[in-house]
Amino acid sequence: MPEASPVIQITDLRFAWKKQAQPVLNIASLEINREERVFLRGPSGSGKSTLLNLLAGVALPQSGVLKVLGRDMNTLGSAQRDHFRADHIGLIFQMFNLIPYLSVVENVTLPCRFSGKRRHKVLAQGDSLEHEAMRLLDHLDMAHADVLHEPVSELSVGQQQRVAAARALIGAPELVIADEPTSSLDADRRSAFIDLLFRECDSANATLVFVSHDNTLQAPFERTIEFDQLNRAAQAQPKLHVVS
Amino acid sequence: MAILGLAIKSFRNRKFTTGLTVLSIALSVMLLLGIEKIRVGAESSFTSTISGTDLIVGARSSPVQLLLYSVFHIGNPTNNISVHSYEEISEQPQVKWAIPLSLGDSHKGYRVVGTSADFYQHYRFGKQQSLQLEQGAWFGEGYQAVVGADVAAAQGYEPGTEIIIAHGSGDESFVTHADKPFRITGVLQRTGTPVDRAVYVGLESIDAIHESFEGDEHGHDPLMRHADHADESEEGELSAILIGLQSRGAALAMQRTINEHDHEPLTAIMPGTVLLEVWQMMGTVENVLMVVSGFVVAVGLFSMLIILMTSLNERRREMAILRSVGARPAHVFVLIMGEAVFLTLLAIILGLAMVYALMLFMQPWLESAFGLYVAIGWPNTTELILLSVIALCGFLIGLIPSLRIYRYSLADGMTIRV
Repeated sequence: MPEASPVIQITDLRFAWKKQAQPVLNIASLEINREERVFLRGPSGSGKSTLLNLLAGVALPQSGVLKVLGRDMNTLGSAQRDHFRADHIGLIFQMFNLIPYLSVVENVTLPCRFSGKRRHKVLAQGDSLEHEAMRLLDHLDMAHADVLHEPVSELSVGQQQRVAAARALIGAPELVIADEPTSSLDADRRSAFIDLLFRECDSANATLVFVSHDNTLQAPFERTIEFDQLNRAAQAQPKLHVVS
Repeated sequence: MAILGLAIKSFRNRKFTTGLTVLSIALSVMLLLGIEKIRVGAESSFTSTISGTDLIVGARSSPVQLLLYSVFHIGNPTNNISVHSYEEISEQPQVKWAIPLSLGDSHKGYRVVGTSADFYQHYRFGKQQSLQLEQGAWFGEGYQAVVGADVAAAQGYEPGTEIIIAHGSGDESFVTHADKPFRITGVLQRTGTPVDRAVYVGLESIDAIHESFEGDEHGHDPLMRHADHADESEEGELSAILIGLQSRGAALAMQRTINEHDHEPLTAIMPGTVLLEVWQMMGTVENVLMVVSGFVVAVGLFSMLIILMTSLNERRREMAILRSVGARPAHVFVLIMGEAVFLTLLAIILGLAMVYALMLFMQPWLESAFGLYVAIGWPNTTELILLSVIALCGFLIGLIPSLRIYRYSLADGMTIRV
């Protein structure tokens, strides 16, 4: 059973993009515990990705408290947040964000090139970075010799998404943030992907924050957060009505 | 190490544009260094045209004019000096040697210089190098000549060939001494100076052909001086005298003595001083060339800036991705900065290689066509300074995109909106 110590703590958090008067996020309180798997659901434009940005330390809230793994993100400088993210957070982006000219294996092992902590975790298991990358890719049906050393720009969208997932999971980060990670996968691969994600999070005692529109994926998660109920700023925004 | 590997792979990914940038800067570097090398070669060739000669004496004229016609065979003396003055000067105790020069004739556009064996014995060029014969021997009595290396090469002359000397110094002359051909006795080794482009004959033979020219009117034998011309031959004329002194320290005093010579108005110059003066006159052209090539380098560097800046959008996303997986701001700064520095250094090395290859290819042609010897050696101090300035400019230019990407990378590169 997961420990009940919070990995993410939010109190009175407010965030607005530059040149926007209205806040995008206004969250009174949120706690996500260690090893918890949280499914975050909400309509487009409700601010889910913005929250993920804040959790990853890409942006900082204008007010309130945001603690990740016990660290107050507001107290960290830009380089410190990069360092923190590299060591503790695995990110799966909606747009994959792979380096196009690097091969599949090079993209997957990239976080370990910048994070000594994640590199040591892999090496401590007696694996090389390449072997660990191959193991993760194998679970995602991507360990084919003909693609491993190809630039990722030559892969299909679905293949790129799996590479992005393997990259986020390498080095067993304590927090995995996944933004629509299955949107380009077919049903079989989606299932394999969720299995891998849970298995890796289990083995690393990691916490998972998962954003998706696909409600069929919701079942294995321990908690579902309805984002438009969490975010008071989204509640204040006028609703769009589709006229048929 | 991660950054270096990324930088290399990123270069490979953009090899065409980075290759063009490197080539553009390398061409600028080649132009700049090429001009500098030619400038140094020209200066060196120019200033080493004559050495070991302490004074040049001619009829009263401007020092530059005297230097140009006596050493470079450019232009003509406005007046001559008497043999009497030559004898008087050469008998001075401070004078170690004196070389008489008589100009005014030519052969196929090459200057004919009437002189004595002293020229071969005492004339020095470059670093006190003496004249050497490639073939044959120095001329003796009679109608004999020694030709410079360029004359021999261009005309295919060798000892034994007979040549006709013409009046005047132009390429074409209507008045020739066709009846008195000169036999070539020797060919001088190449000097890289105007010596290579001249024909040397004895003073007596020069006098003789001119006497012959006049003597024919009277039906007299050329080398047998006619009694009617006895006074003229005794009072023959010279164009200039090259003087070597016992002591270089006596040059100023000797110059003053000659300039105040009361027998006839003379001008004595110290060749080193006037060479420098002439070179400075040409300095404006040299500076213009340097400015132009400086602009070319600036354009090359500016093109690098343009290429770096235009690729920024693409690179901003790339840098943001790197930061999302743990690269620090310093890493992305070093990546872009390193790229600019690497491109500049690569361009400098390529530019250097190109300039040396070009020099290797063009050196013989420059030497034969222009008498310009461009030494192929290590870069001199000026070239190293120029290269350092280019490297520094590359560094400063690299700062602009590096700072921009440093500032923007995460803020606008990592968009994970839903």
